[in-house]
Parts: sequence; C-alpha cells; structure tokens
Amino acid sequence: MSTETLTSAPASGAELRAFLHGLPGVDQVGADERAARLATRSIKNDAKAQAIDMAITMVDLTTLEGADTPGKVRALCAKAARPDPSDPDVPRVAAVCVYPDMVEHAVGALKGTGIGVASVATAFPSGRAPLEAKLVDTRAAVAAGATEIDMVIDRGAFLAGDYLKVHEEIVATKQACGDAHLKVIFETGELVTYDNVRRASWLAMRAGADFIKTSTGKVSPAATLPVTMIMLEAVRDFRAATGRMVGVKPAGGIRTTKDAIRYLVLVNETAGPDWLSPKWFRLGASSLLNDLLMQRRKLATGVYSGPDYFTLD
Amino acid sequence: MSDRLAVRKTYKLFIGGAFPRSESGRSYVVNDARGRFLANASRASRKDVRDAVGAARKAFGGWSSRTPYNRGQILYRIAEMLEGRRAQFTDELRAAGLAKNAATAEVDAAIDRWVWYAGWADKLGAVAGSANPVAGPFFNFSTPEPTGVVGIVAPDSPLLGLVSVVAPAIVSGNTAVVVASEPSPLPAITFAEVLATSDLPGGVVNLLTGRRAELAPWLASHMDVNAIDLAGAEEAQVKALEEAAADNLKRVLRPVPGDWSDEPGTERMTAFLETKTVWHPVGV
Amino acid sequence: MNFEYAPAPESRDVVDIRPSYGLFVDGEFTDGHGEPFKSINPANEDVLAEIATADQADVDRAVKAARRAHDKVWGPMPGRERAKYLFRIARLVQERSRELAVLESIDNGKPIRESRDVDLPLVAAHFFYYAGWADKLGHAGLGPDPRPLGVAGQVIPWNFPLLMLAWKIAPALACGNTVVLKPAETTPLTALAFAEICRQADLPPGVVNIITGAGDTGRALVEHAGIDKVAFTGSTEVGKQIARSVAGTPKRLTLELGGKAANVIFDDAPLDQAVEGIVNGIFFNQGHVCCAGSRLLVQESVADELLERLKIRMRTLRVGDPLDKNTDVGAINSAAQLEKIRELAGAGEQEGATRWAPDCALPQRGFWFAPTVFTGVAQSHRIAREEIFGPVLSVLTFRTPAEAVEKANNTPYGLSAGVWTEKGSRILWMAERLRAGVVWANTFNKFDPASPFGGYKESGFGREGGRHGLEAYLNV
Repeated sequence: MSTETLTSAPASGAELRAFLHGLPGVDQVGADERAARLATRSIKNDAKAQAIDMAITMVDLTTLEGADTPGKVRALCAKAARPDPSDPDVPRVAAVCVYPDMVEHAVGALKGTGIGVASVATAFPSGRAPLEAKLVDTRAAVAAGATEIDMVIDRGAFLAGDYLKVHEEIVATKQACGDAHLKVIFETGELVTYDNVRRASWLAMRAGADFIKTSTGKVSPAATLPVTMIMLEAVRDFRAATGRMVGVKPAGGIRTTKDAIRYLVLVNETAGPDWLSPKWFRLGASSLLNDLLMQRRKLATGVYSGPDYFTLD
Repeated sequence: MSDRLAVRKTYKLFIGGAFPRSESGRSYVVNDARGRFLANASRASRKDVRDAVGAARKAFGGWSSRTPYNRGQILYRIAEMLEGRRAQFTDELRAAGLAKNAATAEVDAAIDRWVWYAGWADKLGAVAGSANPVAGPFFNFSTPEPTGVVGIVAPDSPLLGLVSVVAPAIVSGNTAVVVASEPSPLPAITFAEVLATSDLPGGVVNLLTGRRAELAPWLASHMDVNAIDLAGAEEAQVKALEEAAADNLKRVLRPVPGDWSDEPGTERMTAFLETKTVWHPVGV
Repeated sequence: MNFEYAPAPESRDVVDIRPSYGLFVDGEFTDGHGEPFKSINPANEDVLAEIATADQADVDRAVKAARRAHDKVWGPMPGRERAKYLFRIARLVQERSRELAVLESIDNGKPIRESRDVDLPLVAAHFFYYAGWADKLGHAGLGPDPRPLGVAGQVIPWNFPLLMLAWKIAPALACGNTVVLKPAETTPLTALAFAEICRQADLPPGVVNIITGAGDTGRALVEHAGIDKVAFTGSTEVGKQIARSVAGTPKRLTLELGGKAANVIFDDAPLDQAVEGIVNGIFFNQGHVCCAGSRLLVQESVADELLERLKIRMRTLRVGDPLDKNTDVGAINSAAQLEKIRELAGAGEQEGATRWAPDCALPQRGFWFAPTVFTGVAQSHRIAREEIFGPVLSVLTFRTPAEAVEKANNTPYGLSAGVWTEKGSRILWMAERLRAGVVWANTFNKFDPASPFGGYKESGFGREGGRHGLEAYLNV
C-alpha cells in the first residue's frame, strides 16, 4: 500500500473495504497468547519506579457521569495537578477527560498547569445521533477550550460494512476539531473481533486520527491487553508505511498499577519505546491514579500504604 | 485326456502393473508336491527389488489419496475377481500340495479375507483416530495415515498367507513390494493377474518371486522403504533384517506365530499406520 | 523513552542441591559403581553436584528391582490403585512445582518462564492424564484385556528433562509396567528430585528406578536382557543404534528422535501471529526442541515483509540469566552442544547463506548463542537438512502450495510441521500432505498430554500422549 493511498481519501467505499479486508488477519488465540505472555514480564525496583511515574504522566484522569457537576470536575482537576499533596515529586497527569459541558470548568481549574483538557464528543458513548449533532457537540467542546477530542465511531455503520460513512465522520470531526487533537474511540467491546479492531485502527488512521482509543468505559469488555496490542501493532505498521505516528489510548477497566505496567510493557515490546510518552500513549482511567500513588509510596518507604492516605476526588 | 496340448503360462514378476521377466534373466524350477515340474518361476534380483520399490513409491501418492471408500471398493473388486477364479486357484493350491478340501477352504478364506479388509478401508480412520480434548482453545485431532512403501516377506501359505499380509498393508493406502513364498510362488503370480484386473492402480502391489534370503536383505536395507513385514522371513535372518531396517528406522512387523486361518485382528493394519495429529486454534 | 527492565531473578532459595547424588534403585538412594560425573549450570559453568554413574552391575540391580516390583506388586495391583499413586505423584509435582522449575532452569539453562509456565504444568498434567487411564485400559480400544509389557528401560534427553521423564514414566506406570529410567548426563537433577517424590508418594520400591550416567549406562540399560521394552527420546543417530541393538530380541521399541520441521507461511497468514509462531517455533527452549520449526518456508510474495517483522520481533528477545523472569532465551545446555551449533552456523555462512542476529550482549561465562536467522538458504545447504538443535532458523521461500509441500517433505525426518494461512481449506489440504506426526496450523510448539506426539520416517516411531500413547506399553 503506497503512502499516498494511506494518507488520501478513499476513492470509494469499495476501495476502502478492499483495503481494510486486505489487511493481514489476526488469529485470536495467538494474539491472546502473546499478550498473556507479555503480561508475565516482571517489572521490579528501579524499573517499577520508572514505570509508575511514566504511567502517572500518561493518565487521562476521567469523569464521565451523568451526575458530574462543576464541583466534581474542579476536584478532579486539583487531583490531576497535584496527585499526591504530600509529595511534590509526583508528576502530574496528562489530561483530564470530561463531557463537553464540563470543559469550561476544567479549563478554568487547570489554567497554567499545562494539563490538557480532553472532552468526549460526538454523542458519546453511543454515537447514535445525526452527524450534524455530533459536529455541534465537538465544536462546542473545542470552543470551550478542549485541547483533545475523544470521538466515538459509528459502530452500527462499521458493523454494517459502511466503512466509508465511518471514515467520513472521522474526517468531518477532525475538521471540527481545529487544533485540538482527535482521539477516535472504537468501542472494541462492540466490534468484538480482533480483525475488526485492526480494520478500525487503519480506517481511523487513514482518516486522520491523532490517537486511537479502545473504549468509552461504558461497555464491557473495555480495554484489554490483546486489543491494545492489536492497536499498537497497527500504529507501528502505519508509521512504517507512512512515517506518521499515531497515539494509542486504552481506556476502561485499568485499575491497578500491575495493569498499568502491563500496558507499558506492551507498548515497549510492540510499538516500541518511541511510544512511551504521554504524547503517544495514554491510559484512560480514574481509580488507577490512587493505586499508582500507593505503589509509588510503597517503593519509596518500603512499607505498604493504605487508601486513607490518598485523596478521593 | 484330450489330445490337445495345453498352452502353458510363463510366470513372470509383477512390477508397476506390468508383468516383466527378471532383469537378471534368471529363473528357478518350481515343482509340485510330488516333485513334478510345474514351471520356471522368475528369480528376481536386487535390481528387480529396486524397480519394484520405485514403482511402489510412484504409486503411493495416488493410492494414498484415493478416498477410503474407493480403496474399499477396489479391495472388494479383488474379492470378486478372485471368486471368479476359484477353480483355478484351487487347482494351483492342489498342485502346491494341498488336499482338495483344504485347497477349496483356503481359496474361500482368501476371498473372504479381501471382503473383510475391504470393509475396513473407511472405518480405520474412525477406529484408530481421535479428537483429543486438549487443555486450551484448540481443536486437536489425530488421524491414521499410511506409512508409505511396505516391504513384505510373504509367508509360505501361498494364497491365504499372501493375501493376509498384502491386504492389511494396502487397505490404508500403503503400497507394497512383496517377496512371494519361495517354494510355492505360482499362486502369487496368478494372484497378480487378479490384482491387474481389479482396478488396483499399477504399482500398489508389486510381486517378486525368487530366493527369499537373497531378496529380503535388499528390501530391508532399501532407504526408500518405510516399513517391513517379516512374516515369512527365515528365522535365522530376522535379526539381520531388523538391523538393516534400522538404517532408516523402518517400522518392523516381526513374525507372529499363528495360523493364517485365524480371525485377523487390526494389528497388521495398525503396524503400517502413522498417527498424524493436527492442532488448530479455536477463536473468532 | 527507554524502559529498561531491572533484573528480576527467581529465588534460588526454593531449591536445595546436595553436593552429591546416588542412584535411585529399589526405593533407596544407593551408590553407583561407575566413575561419578559432575552436573554443571550451563549459564555460568558452576558445578552443581557430583552424580553417580551406574555400571553394568548397577543396571542389573535396577532391572532386577523393577522386575520384582512388576511381578510382585505393580503388575498384580488393580488399576484403580495404580491410578491413585499416579494422582498422588501429580499432586506432589504441583506442590513442588516452583522448586522443580528453578532446579530445571539451573541444571538445563532454560528460562524460568518456560520451566515455570510450560514444563512443570505439563509434567503434572501428564501424570494426571495417565493416572486416569490406569483403571480404564480395557476401554482404550486396544483389545479387551490389555496387559503390561513388564519392565521398561527408558532413556531421555536433556532438553526437557522432567517433562520427558513424565512422558515416559506416566504411561508406563499407568499400564502396569515398572521402569528403569536414565536421565541425560547433563540434566540429572530433576529426575533425582522426582525420585524423592516417588518416596513421598510411598510408591512401592522398584516401580521407578532412576539410574544416572552417560552413554555407556544407557547402552547397558537398553541392551539388558531383562527388560521388555525400550523407550528412547534423543538423536536419530543413537535411535538407530538402539534399533539395531534390539533387533532379533523380543523387546518392544518406541523412538522419538530428531526433526527438521518446516514452518510454512502463506501470504494470507495472520502475520503478527505467524511471527510469534516462528519465534516460538525456533527460539523456544533455545531451539533445543526436536520438533522445532527450524526451516521457515515463506511464500515469496510475503517474504520481505515477514522477515522485516521477524527481525523487529527478534530484537525484543531477551537473552540471558535463565533464572531472570524476563528472560526469553536462556543458555545452551552444554559446551558440546554449543560447539555443534557454532559448527553448523559456520557451515551456513560458508555455503553462502546470509546470517543475521540482533545485537544482544551475551554473558561472559556459560554457553550462549544469540538467536540467529539465515536467509537465502537452499534445500541443499547443511543448515536446511541437518538438525541444529539450537536457536538458528533457516529461511527458504516457495511460490505455490505444491512447492511448499514438496520442500517441507524433502527430508528424512518427519516429526512436525507448521502451516499459517487464514484459508481453512488450504490448511486441511496442507495438513493432509505434510508427512509429519504433528501439524500445527496457525500455532506452533503446542503440547498436551491428551495429544499424541511422535514422528514419521527417521523421526522415530510410536506415539506419546493420548490414547495412542498407551499402545507403547501394553500387550494387546
């Protein structure tokens, strides 16, 4: 596949379909096995300390509830900027992730911190709305100061084989983003097969995604190691083919330090160390952060800590 | 007795579906039980062994990839052809020394043996194969496959013994090079005529007559023979034949004491089978 | 960002290696009368222990003990009781699994990840599997009243010491035989630990006898007139010698020998998994695997892309301390094996193939060989024909399925083969034609006690595992 084909609009739905179905298949059992084996990597001592700080800097600290309020968002932002008030050496997270109507509160709370504000848009989480509504949603978030937009793809269209529609929506949303970075959420729990995950990855990358993201967090299963691995393979191969790097963000279900470190190992040994940066890899999570902090303190002090010593926001 | 002078048959070898004389030009005298001249049988040479192995190897791919149903049909066809020549074989066995009733019984048993083995062709896979419940997301199954070219040193029972060693070898798709009974080779060659008219592809069974002690070592040491049946090997030669067979790790079926009229088990078939196990992931 | 994994060594505290070991005969550890030898750690050349050598008289003693145990105790014992002993052994293996894994890695050089996650679970599973057969032999389809053969003499290799022991002992015991087993001289320790397990299980004396020593001991065992059965796993060369030595005797024989497996990759293969399969196929256990996928046959139309991916993947292989939990490729088992691998790799270069290995620092002490790929290999090259038994892959190409089959089968061996394609009918077409005892389709190097394993042609005869594996130890 030429670089030009991979960076220009598909000539037709048929061309796009032929391209996506021409990608090498993914054997589920083999992929699961590889991911499981990488999960046995044992990260200890200095490597673990490094991994914990790396993971903290990659967190997109997230609240996506119907019950979100400006107060809740401000609290989250405070946590993002100073995850551990008792330890100023703890790095800050990459971004906070909120609904579009909460963006202004997050922007206000994070002013001067350098922390990004990500907003889910495009009728998150189902994506079941007219394109015009999705674009309005997106523009509103960007106008309110969001630096990153997490859109959802139309899984219905994808599963119906209307890849061109999915492509066009991504292109349109990307346009609506302006300077904001676009993360494209596949909701891999609804795409089900790894072949679909691979196809969705290439589709989104061709359409201009800056990041590809596994899940909304509203559907189970959310992020898994093998799904993330398939996506990491895709960004690796896409860079080899086009020279352009695309980021990856697993989201949902990543709760423990052990989980997070497994993802970092996956990045390191699949896409490669170039992706080990918040610029190219994010972890969409909320409760993960406190576990990272707790483990960090265990490494520093040598004793196990408890949840009472970390803030709940 | 009529005045007519009988037309005699020249007994030749059976290689690759044809009836050549031995390349060596040699023959040996075969007498009946009373010592009267019956015929000059071909006395095969090591080069005839070589040619027969070549023919068997050439036939292996086609024969082994026939459907088991088709092989069963052909084995049954052999029984049909044999049935049509009951009288001829009875005469030949009588000439070899059997009493009339014994000769008839042996011919009938030989015919029935083909029928028995014919029915095995499409059942072996089910009986000798398996689906294996492995602990993981894999479908795993084992199927029996023919070993390849089987060298057979046939026993002295000239017809029943012969078919009892040939049928189990070929029913699963092996091809065979058979050294016939040395003292009573004539029924074997007449039997080759049955094979030649039974839709059995040329080369699946190759029959050599001659000195067993001379031919067996060439068969046992041939590096393109995959297995050897020592049913009729001379006892003093068995050890040396097994040693020769070790050079390419032939599967060896040692002589088993017993009567050829006994009910055959599956052992002679399974001796020339390989178990192939295939794994495939189960996923979406 | 660079993400270096800190050393993560598995603790050696779980093993207690004695300074010297005797033979295990008739339920007791006894002295051997041959010249003792030393078992060393191939990762650093440290001496681990001194091991007794069984001489002819010791072998005789072991065979007699096994005969007594067979005739008086184990043979007459009801299958359901034999089963319970085997279940007990399986549980003891599980209970001591970490200890045995560490011991295996120290003695053999294989990565702890493999001994812990592959060898030991399979060892326990094998005993569990055959335990269940012990009282069901009449249902195995091998005849209504199958009987044990008697005493089995078993000789096993150094590549999977405890697993090969399990493959030999579990079915033999389940079928009512008793055994005299000789582990390889470079890896005797887990077999001797297994002897302790037999004692912990209260296995009657003489049912399992472990004798140690080199080739002479093995020869004395397989040539002993008092055994009824020889089971050998090892090189084709020794297998042929054994086949000659049992010629003319009533001994039954099964052989599991060498291989030169083709791993066939079609252009429609799931490429990332195929790369894993290739890596698993040849670098698993340092390539010390008889069924290793040592010949990569790749369809020419995808060869460049596949090799590029393979090289990227090989750069992530972690070679080093077998006890480090993150090690992927451990130490070569012995100096002699290392020499053989070097010699054949040298021949590969001389014959014109292109050698490539990722940059990886190898430890100074011990026996090491970097994962290596040869491209531009022809069928006529030695590295395409001879078993290297090391982490060395020979890459050849093909154009059509028929050519792939022809090249794959063009070897005196026939142990295993791999096929990678997303097309179902082609998998079955290939599987039908590959002359090999195990065909892994879209996977490689998978083992299970329920799955028969063994070769065609010069890879040996007989099957281990599954219902088929019983046949080698029964009179039917």
